[in-house]
Amino acid sequence: MTARAPGRLETAVRRRRGRSVPAPLLIPAVVGVVFLVLPLAGLVVRAPWSAIGPALAAPEVGQALRLSLLSATLATLVSIVLGVPIAWVLARSTARGRSVLRALVTVPLVLPPVVGGVALFLVLGRQGIVGSWLDGSFGITIPFTTAAVVIAETFVAMPFLVISVEGALRAADARFEDVAATLGADRWTTFRWVTLPLVAPGIGAGAVLCWARALGEFGATITFAGNFPGTTQTMPLAVYLALQRDPEAAIVLSLVLLGVSLVTLLLLRDRWLGRSGAPIA
Amino acid sequence: MSLSARVVVQRGALGLDVEVDVADGEVLAVLGPNGAGKSTLLRVLAGLLEADDGHVTVDGRAWDDVPAGTRLPPHQRSQGVVFQDALLFPHLTVGENVAFGLRAQGFGRKSRLESAARWLTRVGLDGLADRRPRELSGGQAQRAALARALVGDPDVLLLDEPLSALDARTRLTVRAELRRHLGEFRGSTVLVTHDPVDAMALADRVVVVEAGRVVQAGPPAEVNSRPRTDYVARLAGLSLLSGTGEGRSVRLDGGGVVAVAEEATGPVFAAVRPESVALYLSRPDGSPRNVWPARLVGATPHGATVRCELAGEVPLVADVTATAFAELGLLPGSAVWATVKASEVAVYAR
Repeated sequence: MTARAPGRLETAVRRRRGRSVPAPLLIPAVVGVVFLVLPLAGLVVRAPWSAIGPALAAPEVGQALRLSLLSATLATLVSIVLGVPIAWVLARSTARGRSVLRALVTVPLVLPPVVGGVALFLVLGRQGIVGSWLDGSFGITIPFTTAAVVIAETFVAMPFLVISVEGALRAADARFEDVAATLGADRWTTFRWVTLPLVAPGIGAGAVLCWARALGEFGATITFAGNFPGTTQTMPLAVYLALQRDPEAAIVLSLVLLGVSLVTLLLLRDRWLGRSGAPIA
Repeated sequence: MSLSARVVVQRGALGLDVEVDVADGEVLAVLGPNGAGKSTLLRVLAGLLEADDGHVTVDGRAWDDVPAGTRLPPHQRSQGVVFQDALLFPHLTVGENVAFGLRAQGFGRKSRLESAARWLTRVGLDGLADRRPRELSGGQAQRAALARALVGDPDVLLLDEPLSALDARTRLTVRAELRRHLGEFRGSTVLVTHDPVDAMALADRVVVVEAGRVVQAGPPAEVNSRPRTDYVARLAGLSLLSGTGEGRSVRLDGGGVVAVAEEATGPVFAAVRPESVALYLSRPDGSPRNVWPARLVGATPHGATVRCELAGEVPLVADVTATAFAELGLLPGSAVWATVKASEVAVYAR
């Protein structure tokens, strides 16, 4: 025992030393955290708490919130259906041109959302390449509808899901897929029975990121879908509009959005985000 | 269920060109150092890797025929594969893992889980069907992987270093069980290993692959006693000397002469077992016809004996008892005399 005591002390000392952060890193880190947290704190401090009840009861707030949650959820579902296959192709296929494909898919990540909105308008607008055909053949117009909101949000948010799922696919041990193949499972069966369950945490994490991005979408939405209460006015649009008219209302709406985001993050953190970091197997 | 294959793969530094034939119920061990191309061969047989040339034929059916452009995808090959790491699917129970192949074949849940339970009993994992793979020990996981590979009654069983991830004691028991299961298996088995003990214990026949080529093939005992390359000789613990037979003696390529008990002519190998080499501090008088001066360059304890590496005109490995080693007062660099009886030297044509 006497021989063990100093050893334990040594490890304790080493651990403490390992934890201390050098000042050149600590100071900017603290400044950075303050920078990130202060605006949110300001929002909470300045909140006209007494006005929150009536403001929330206002029909246009409920409408905007419902529309936001609905369209962000739909955009996430569309992103999963289209994005997971893209991620699989990027991570597993050996076809040429994958790097080009990856670049194309991630363009919306770096593209200003307003530009995305304009681009969508040029393609799907009434005079657009696809839009004029839809209008002429089926009488379908997309811009300034709820569908346009979902499309705009999907365009902007799907890359987050693709990147996240591709990372999960690359991290997952591809040898499990080899095993499945030697046991008689074709590639589609292998994907459903082995790959998908293995990367489910990654898909969950990607979906949360995607949903959060869609919920906050502003630029592409207002450009492509407009700002019509009830059909295309999502929460971020409502916040922006309120800020010009009635700053207090803008604060209330922002608080609601902040609350929704935090609750989502907390609800999903343990379930998906926490586990996605753990090694599979 | 015979397997016959010629596999040619050119990947960077590795040029693999090997032929293997395995009869029904036969176990062929592919023995070789790391990087020799053994696993590449196995992946081609399994259909996980495309060969550049050659063929894989099982029971008269072409799994691969590169010139003809035939290539059966892995899931259509009647095979079971066990990898070095058990690779049980972490999201499935042990029972579902074993039943995976049957599920892929379309068996119903009840019947496939019953088969899985039967197989788990056979490999000694009775009642562990509902466990998660992470709850199993390494040996248990590898047994489950074997059950998973065999449950579909495949024509060909491919084993890729199935024991090398296990600790020494577990390896011993799993090896014994694997031997029993291989004995009952009616198809062809290819076992890839770098462990000569696995090859000796499990295989009916051994092919030794070095740098992508077969350098020796034969029954394990023969490969073990008559090595044809330094690698095999080292595995078998023999000193391999090459030379030219001149009647009752062999003139070594590296200089020196070895007296042998049998007539030898032309290019031959002379193999000396370490336990038949005796060491003396001064030149011994008397009978042994092979006496060489040497220098001790290495010594490693090997059970109750010490394995001594000797440098000199005739490089040898000698096993002496730990007591003798201490009494001789041997140190690295010590000058010694090594003797070997002529009758203890195995001579065979190169």
